[in-house]
Amino acid sequence: MATRQELQVQQKRELDKKEEDTVPARVFLPTADIYETDDALNVVLEMPGVEKNSVDIRVEDGVLKIGGRLDFSKYQGLQPLYTEYNVGHYSRSFRLPSRIDQNKIAAELKDGVLSLVLPKVEEAKPRTIQVK
Amino acid sequence: MITAFADPFDALLSLQRELEARLASDWLSEMSASRGPFPPINVFQQGDDILALMELPGVDKNDLQIQAKANTIRISGKKRVEYANEASVHRRERVSGEFDRTLSLPVQFDPDGIKAEYRDGLLALYLPRAESDKPHSIKIK
Repeated sequence: MATRQELQVQQKRELDKKEEDTVPARVFLPTADIYETDDALNVVLEMPGVEKNSVDIRVEDGVLKIGGRLDFSKYQGLQPLYTEYNVGHYSRSFRLPSRIDQNKIAAELKDGVLSLVLPKVEEAKPRTIQVK
Repeated sequence: MITAFADPFDALLSLQRELEARLASDWLSEMSASRGPFPPINVFQQGDDILALMELPGVDKNDLQIQAKANTIRISGKKRVEYANEASVHRRERVSGEFDRTLSLPVQFDPDGIKAEYRDGLLALYLPRAESDKPHSIKIK
């Protein structure tokens, strides 16, 4: 009897666009994990099919905006026979807490997984209080 | 059917519409041993051959096994999502675990010509049609 955890298929969530696009196409939200350590806030996003130079990360007005573009020329000449998931560009934004040092954000892309490290400002790092 | 695209801006939306339309396709409904399970597969035709694409971000190649027999493909493995112990989680959307999926196709392919490529989280399986399965023209005497 298998006791291992079976992976469930996640349906892609479509982005709710506030502005209209000049190029009509569907954009999806990459699945994201956010976790925090003593030094930094980490955001990990899944963007399969996106290459390093197709990633766009920017911070504007305290909002972190991540975009990933797919290379659709690979699909030229292919005829879909059976599909279970749709493809599209990725976009997601997060409002950053003030304790993040926006100048020191680092990013790494491996196997379609984008890992962002958002270091905390010095004063925001937790300090343990000694009990006398 | 994908036709030549006159307007490059439409190309992306047309592809997305094609993929969406095929979600209701009955081409494989009898043959596919599984449809719900992970990972979701997109099957394309390229000439006579088949190309199967799967999104598997963050999977280590050592954790991935692909087996082919007759007209079935079996993709199994483990997707790991691990963070440091001291991490405090704010949001968790990524899934992790083991997967084992078999796909039966109504065509025979050449098992020696099967190629698998895993890049940027995308697994591409190239399945060339077996010679015996290709249509042969018959001469009429």
